[in-house]
Amino acid sequence: MEIIKKETLSENTGAKITKLEISSPAIAAKARPGEFVVLMAVEEGERVPLTIVDADKDKGTISLIFQEVGLTTKLLGRLNSKDSLYALVGPLGHPTEIKKYGRVILVGGGVGIAEIYPVAKALKQEGNRVLSILGARAKELLILEEELKSVSDEVYVTTDDGSYARKGFTTDILRELLSKEKYDLVYAVGPIAMMKKVAAVTRGFDVKTVVSLNALMVDATGMCGCCRVSVGKETKFSCVDGPEFDGHSVDWEELEKRNRIYEDKEKHICKLGNLL
Amino acid sequence: MKKEAVRAQELEPLKRIADFAEVVSGYTEEEALQEASRCLQCKNPACIPGCPVGIDIKKFIFQMTQKDYKGAYFTIREKNGFPSICGRVCPAEYQCRKTCVLSKKGLPFASEQAINIHYLERFAGDYGLKNKLKVPVRVDKKLSKFKVAVVGSGPAGLCCAGELSRAGIKVVIFESLHKLGGVLRYGIPPFRLPRDILDFEIDYLKNSGVESIVNFVVGRIKTLDELFSEGYNCIFLGLGAGVPGFLGIKGENLCNVYSANEFLTRVNLMSAYKFPQAHTPVNIGKRAVVIGGGNTAIDAARAALRLQKINGLAPDTAILYRRTEVEMPARRLEIEHARQEGINFQFLIQPIEFIGDEAGFVKKIRCLKCRLGEPDSSGRRRSVPIEGSDFEIDSDLVIIAVGLKANQVLTSVTPQLKTDKYSDVLVNPETMETSIRRVFAGGDIVGGEGTVIEAMGMAKKASEAIIGSL
Repeated sequence: MEIIKKETLSENTGAKITKLEISSPAIAAKARPGEFVVLMAVEEGERVPLTIVDADKDKGTISLIFQEVGLTTKLLGRLNSKDSLYALVGPLGHPTEIKKYGRVILVGGGVGIAEIYPVAKALKQEGNRVLSILGARAKELLILEEELKSVSDEVYVTTDDGSYARKGFTTDILRELLSKEKYDLVYAVGPIAMMKKVAAVTRGFDVKTVVSLNALMVDATGMCGCCRVSVGKETKFSCVDGPEFDGHSVDWEELEKRNRIYEDKEKHICKLGNLL
Repeated sequence: MKKEAVRAQELEPLKRIADFAEVVSGYTEEEALQEASRCLQCKNPACIPGCPVGIDIKKFIFQMTQKDYKGAYFTIREKNGFPSICGRVCPAEYQCRKTCVLSKKGLPFASEQAINIHYLERFAGDYGLKNKLKVPVRVDKKLSKFKVAVVGSGPAGLCCAGELSRAGIKVVIFESLHKLGGVLRYGIPPFRLPRDILDFEIDYLKNSGVESIVNFVVGRIKTLDELFSEGYNCIFLGLGAGVPGFLGIKGENLCNVYSANEFLTRVNLMSAYKFPQAHTPVNIGKRAVVIGGGNTAIDAARAALRLQKINGLAPDTAILYRRTEVEMPARRLEIEHARQEGINFQFLIQPIEFIGDEAGFVKKIRCLKCRLGEPDSSGRRRSVPIEGSDFEIDSDLVIIAVGLKANQVLTSVTPQLKTDKYSDVLVNPETMETSIRRVFAGGDIVGGEGTVIEAMGMAKKASEAIIGSL
């Protein structure tokens, strides 16, 4: 659980993105794309899920990427190499189904880009034609562009404010690509609003769409139901049934609301966090 | 002249709901002696068969009357490694106290006259704990070369680990959460089982040589085969019934509709009642409603009420149960405590829908009134909803405590492990061995939801079979 390496990927005010490489040989040996870990930064901390971005079996390390948004991620950001996490458990969740689909589009928004990286890498190795669409609010917040280029056949980038590459949203490019050619899979990770839009776009083109959800979790082994989400009228637990689901069947409005359940408390504790 | 049963001291209801301190203070020495002296020392004690682990109750109570508390402690420890825990959480009124000769017969649970065996056990347990009494480890050279993996650190896992290590076997406990204790830690609130008592009993195990690895989900990070290949001779599965049941009605995924497991895990394991010093939040309703009639429902309600009080809200927490008080599976003492604290019990009510506001937070519960029908397979009269009796209750925080199911993280990736239709693990009832040779199981993963002491009873049986197999 010791931090081997810390790297700041983006240092934009109010949106710092950090990569941690953490020693955990047992998790590294088992981790597959799409799986996640749950960690606690400190003993009194929360249990938060983070996708495993990379796993190095030889070095016995895993990499995690996060944006400082709440108290836990701020505390994580304060850790340095040689520091240890209080708790780290995984790998959890179902891995991505990696196989030869044919032509695949991966859509990553914000830190979601980090989460499509291991999937892109695995799908490329499996012989798929991989197109990646990366979206960020602004140039400084764009991460892993080079890494994605190394595992994709084509990479498209959009920024909300037009400060880099094309101004607009990932779904603009997605729609254009889908109108030109037929694709076999769209895989999206990012803010709920983005995944919801991706699902809305792909529905019109009748293409299989997989999303990886970021529901709130506590134990993340199916024991609490905090992460429950409605998928095609059925209640699923994101932790043990997911985190990936058919994007066309997810009840996005419900997920949006459930993810805001502690908004007041988060504001309160983050105020305290700023005093750190 | 018949002597009256001695009641244990309790904190004042109005004071105790302002924090999570232990409610029952336990006996003083005088009280313990007085209660012990009521025991008739029956020739054929009926209490002992009422104990799932068969503690020699007659003997330990006699030792207590002789002020031989050390002897009493060791007598209990012969059969039960966790007297301070069981003395607090055992539903004695359904077990040893119910079969006590002084209890009135024909009731579903013990009457007040029955000896308060659990309080005496607790006194002896706490005596051992305070005086750091140690049960000697049997050094058996033949057994000391063996190694057993115990999966899960709840009542079954802890008990099995204790029994095996006492026999000189090397034991490693694997726990998926970041702290040991299982349901004793995430489920049972500190006001029923203080954390220092739980920590002490667990530390006792560790000090006696039991190793533990937390943050380790067997089935995900290591399979059973991998554990065997690492040299474990046997594996014990105490996985628990950790999956919360829901009602399957409309609006159940609204915000502030919690499973009791989530609510209690946030409060107990993650200490959300200390928010923001502890970082895990939990929402606190102005009108909290708990649905269910078991101990979990009562624990959740009493925790919710305390959170209201701690946060300066007027305590307003209700329990809705579809049958009546007699059919409630909860411990009688807990029902009484909950009532003293101001929990509002509403019987013969069944929710049919949760109604929320625009932001997706629950605001109302739509219910049906019920009446009692014929007894079901559990022997309790079933509840029959009355058509057209719909009504609404205001509630901004709902906790669903309608039972738990088997945890399937391990069984779903271990197809050789045979399970029944409830996903409970099937075992040979004589040995607790599963369909995989050298893999044993006990506790709620075998029998479905039961009590702490029933889980320990199964774990003991398994530990004996494990020792026999080595």
